[in-house]
Amino acid sequence: MRATLWLSLAVALTACVSIDESGDVADSSTPAPIEGPGGGGSFGFGRTASAQEIAALDIDVGPDGAGLPAGRATVDDGLAIYQARCAVCHGVDGTGGPNDVLAGRIPGDGFPFATEAARSTVGNYWPYATTLFDYIRKAMPFDAPGSLTDEEVYGAVAAILYLNELVAADAVVDSATIAGLVMPARDRFVPDDRAGGPTIR
Amino acid sequence: MTDSGDSISRRSLLAGAAAAAGSAITARVLRADGAEAAAQAGPDPTKVPGDRPQVLGSRSPHETPEKLISSSIGGVTRTPLQDLYGTITPADLHFERHHHGIPRIEPEAYRLLIHGMVDRPMVFTLDELRRFPSVTRTYFLECSGNGGAGYSETPRADVSPQQLDGLLSGSEWTGVPVKTLFAEVGAHADASWFLAEGSDAAVMARSVPVEKAWDDALIAYAQNGEAIRPEQGYPARLLLPGWEGNANVKWVRRLELSDRPFMTRDETSRYSDPLKDGTARIFSFEMDAKSLITYPAHPVRLEGPGWVGITGYAWTGRGRIARVELSLDGGATWASASLQEPVLPKALTRFSFGWRWDGEPAHLMSRAVDETGYVQPTVAEMQAARGPRSRYHYNTIRGWKVGADGTIGFATV
Repeated sequence: MRATLWLSLAVALTACVSIDESGDVADSSTPAPIEGPGGGGSFGFGRTASAQEIAALDIDVGPDGAGLPAGRATVDDGLAIYQARCAVCHGVDGTGGPNDVLAGRIPGDGFPFATEAARSTVGNYWPYATTLFDYIRKAMPFDAPGSLTDEEVYGAVAAILYLNELVAADAVVDSATIAGLVMPARDRFVPDDRAGGPTIR
Repeated sequence: MTDSGDSISRRSLLAGAAAAAGSAITARVLRADGAEAAAQAGPDPTKVPGDRPQVLGSRSPHETPEKLISSSIGGVTRTPLQDLYGTITPADLHFERHHHGIPRIEPEAYRLLIHGMVDRPMVFTLDELRRFPSVTRTYFLECSGNGGAGYSETPRADVSPQQLDGLLSGSEWTGVPVKTLFAEVGAHADASWFLAEGSDAAVMARSVPVEKAWDDALIAYAQNGEAIRPEQGYPARLLLPGWEGNANVKWVRRLELSDRPFMTRDETSRYSDPLKDGTARIFSFEMDAKSLITYPAHPVRLEGPGWVGITGYAWTGRGRIARVELSLDGGATWASASLQEPVLPKALTRFSFGWRWDGEPAHLMSRAVDETGYVQPTVAEMQAARGPRSRYHYNTIRGWKVGADGTIGFATV
């Protein structure tokens, strides 16, 4: 890691900096950007982002529930949203088409996807319910992506969880429900163990 | 030559050495798709004034390569691999895989936000991104779902290279290293992942280990010498050399550094690889070594015995292709093909092999070996390791069966 400080912006703009395959700056006589975390150098381009700018885009929801907004919905509310906005693509009970099948469990919550012709669904494959909120809020419904209110997103999530028998018919779904739900496939996911070399994995 | 290369006839091996010179011509002449029509004589071009130049070039009207559009939701097109030469895919023939169409983005309105575990969250305009020191690199891009039809010992025979593996392209990319931007914002040393988010209608997002940023990740704004085209992420995209296409987020608008992955829809319910032990690989980024013969291949028909310039692509996300081996007998014996230099890491490598077809049925196969020692596996080997219905990363050996009548069909065993 280099810790060279820029002398001035003028030097930066006139210098012929090239970065080689290893990421090191090829011309050692030229002031170099900092390589690696924690460096203090700067080219001076760009500006500080405002809190409002960040808030406008930073709507992702983490697997721990971080980023889930206020709001809640009952399964009944959710089924109304689902039928109005989701069913045309996913079927009235989440098992239809023409797009992804959303609902369905595998007996014993098995995970036979590499060996049997099993359809993956939210209930049998998705490891986190937080993903459902995150994805629906940003990308659904397909004909009007990002158009649902947070309450409506909670509703759609409630409906899909209910159709997968993951919440009861009288459930009220909020951030705690979504963050606390341990999905059937939660522990099925493993790190990539492929690493090149002669072994086929 | 390989350990088993001695089993191949001396005639075939000598042909391999001579492949570079004659393969292209022989290959094109032997096409059975009516290209002969182009040979019909028009007016003598030396006796009429030539055409004036234009502000934009165009292909010869006789050359009409096209992407193959799939009906898949969101958007899918496949590159006509069998129509291309060398290792660069023309930008207008680069494959596409969108999750909700191609967004229209005004370059003046474009901003890249980098925030999260940083000293100073920052916003960069397109002009500012272009002002940083840039790098230009040649890399392949491949959808990790590419070639699923080949993950079978009984695949359909009537598929072309484009239909089978057309979610593959190669380009020269220009952009700013992500590490340069991360240094600019003061990325925290304990940040281990970053979210890359696109500004398409799917707001497609993937979590990426921060090590990739300190290695070779780019924010690319140019492809093959010009600004990236809208369908490839205009005005800027994430480029993760050697990694599955989906993680190379197009139209990137935001990078958020974190100490854990975000578990987005496209890294959990999609682009994870079920295994036979009841688990699924997650964050399976690297594309393992793979190769494909693009000529001769379906629907080409060899017109008769004679020289055939076998050619195709090999690539690996783990560095350089070390060698490509060819079999003419369905994998019983193998010999080394010629590799077009320079062999670049994480880029398409063109291979060729001269073959004198004797008119008898043959089964052509290619097998890539990368510099880690990884050997492109058979379908049986891969299915034994992962299970017959595993998804993504379909890099098993591909083959083409040549009949005595010269017809060619896809076959893996």
